[in-house]
Amino acid sequence: MDDILLLEAIERYLHGDMEAAERDYFENLRKNTPEIDQMVVEHGMFLHQMDIYALHRNLRASLQASHAKLLERGDINEGGELTTKGKVIQLWNKYKRVTAIAASVGGVIALVISGLAIYFSPVVNGNQIEQLSKAIEVIKKNQQYQGNLINEVKSKIPENARLISGGSGFLIDPKGYIITNAHVLKGSGAVVVNSKGQEFNAIIAHIDTDRDLAIIKINDQEYTPQKSLPYTIRKNSSELGEEIFTLGYPRNDIVYGEGYLSARTGYNSDSLTYQVQISANPGNSGGPVFNSNGEVIGILSTRQAEAEGVAFAVKSKNIYRMVDELKATDTNVAKIKLPTRSTLKGVNRKQQITRLEESVFYVKAFKK
Amino acid sequence: MKADTNEQALLKGLALNDSKAIETIYRDNFSMVQAFILQNNGSYDDARDIFQEAMIALYEKAQTESFVLTCQIKTYVYSICRRLWLKRLQQLGRYANRVDSLEETVPVEEDLEIHEKRNAEFAIMDRALNSLGEPCKSLLEGYYLKKMGMQELAAEFGYTNADNAKNQKYKCLMRLKKLFFSQYNIGD
Repeated sequence: MDDILLLEAIERYLHGDMEAAERDYFENLRKNTPEIDQMVVEHGMFLHQMDIYALHRNLRASLQASHAKLLERGDINEGGELTTKGKVIQLWNKYKRVTAIAASVGGVIALVISGLAIYFSPVVNGNQIEQLSKAIEVIKKNQQYQGNLINEVKSKIPENARLISGGSGFLIDPKGYIITNAHVLKGSGAVVVNSKGQEFNAIIAHIDTDRDLAIIKINDQEYTPQKSLPYTIRKNSSELGEEIFTLGYPRNDIVYGEGYLSARTGYNSDSLTYQVQISANPGNSGGPVFNSNGEVIGILSTRQAEAEGVAFAVKSKNIYRMVDELKATDTNVAKIKLPTRSTLKGVNRKQQITRLEESVFYVKAFKK
Repeated sequence: MKADTNEQALLKGLALNDSKAIETIYRDNFSMVQAFILQNNGSYDDARDIFQEAMIALYEKAQTESFVLTCQIKTYVYSICRRLWLKRLQQLGRYANRVDSLEETVPVEEDLEIHEKRNAEFAIMDRALNSLGEPCKSLLEGYYLKKMGMQELAAEFGYTNADNAKNQKYKCLMRLKKLFFSQYNIGD
């Protein structure tokens, strides 16, 4: 019974229902008896919890009531029958199973087909690495489009030939030797276009698929060779963080991009290539990668599919190696003289680009 | 400006559990949340649960003294629902499409933390009360939640006098407290 009285006293105290005298007495008691003090604290907290509980319960009830009321009034709906929208949802509910079965059958078929397609298609590490040569259809369309627009400019691509890929390339000898990626030259012939849109016939002089490099030679009377190339090709390795830029043809116009050298090796630690951080798009393949002195340090070739801005460039010393190997066997190539003097050092970027532009070509490969 | 004072009034109403205010907020915001949840793998029931949770969170916020809502009710409710739902999806292991709609959101992490704590407390009390059994449950609810007098309760529950009722209430209360504190950590 004492406990009951005590609790009642505590509750009255907490509610502030005590007279001043009783209150003083109780507070004194509380001060002198730690057990009672603890009971007061504990019970106070418990009552507070009860109050919050009550408020929340009432709120939950009001929310449910509001929900029901609004639903009835049609202010909100849950696929109810009142509106026309409701019918659609009813239909959906009715045929949900059928739709689900149909969809899963469709899904299974799609999976099987794609599975077969993957199984039978040749294995390329294509998912992770994208070559930057351009897809055929796009170019073909551009070609037709241009053809329609400007009839007087006849393409030098033979009429019965089909364009299969496009990329970029740059001169390594002003006589008309252009270097590009081997994967750009998928067909049997090529034409090159300079930054002014002039097209020249070219022959494929050499393809080195191991290094992913190729040499084409401009073979066209309209081509007037420059006296000398403004840039050189770097023999040594370049260093991390080196500022780089590129020129290429991801579209029909020449496009400039800049970035930095991000790793001394390429994809899967490939020592033939560098990793560079630059925005590269299909069509940039075969384009030169210059350092700030205007030296060619690499040839842009692939990019990592799942990472933004990660591209790979074949190291420039491979050009020397390839040309040296070729000179031993091929008399044609023996005429190639790689540039030895750069006039771009210390020149500002805009001027560098103006001087470089005419040495960078759009390479279009076709198949007869 | 008018919209602002209007919203303030609504929130004040919500804090007092005013059914008019609750209905207005409900009507103005529910469909948006429902659409979001349906789009993201949820059902009508999920939408109702999540929206009501958000309303409770808003209510809790409206009740705090230092209360300032720095954005529209709509934005706040949407943000809470979005957060709650994505979390729920994650817990269920269901895949979220992550339909990132263009609705504006505000950070609500802190508020949600408080809300979750409150929710847990609510659940503990709810469980404790429900495992008491009758007549204890109704007796305590009558006294502590509905604030009925001891006389009134004695009459309703058929006790011969208020003292008997008081006796019974005391026993029930002790059981409830024991149940409650066995799960509730005072330290938290």
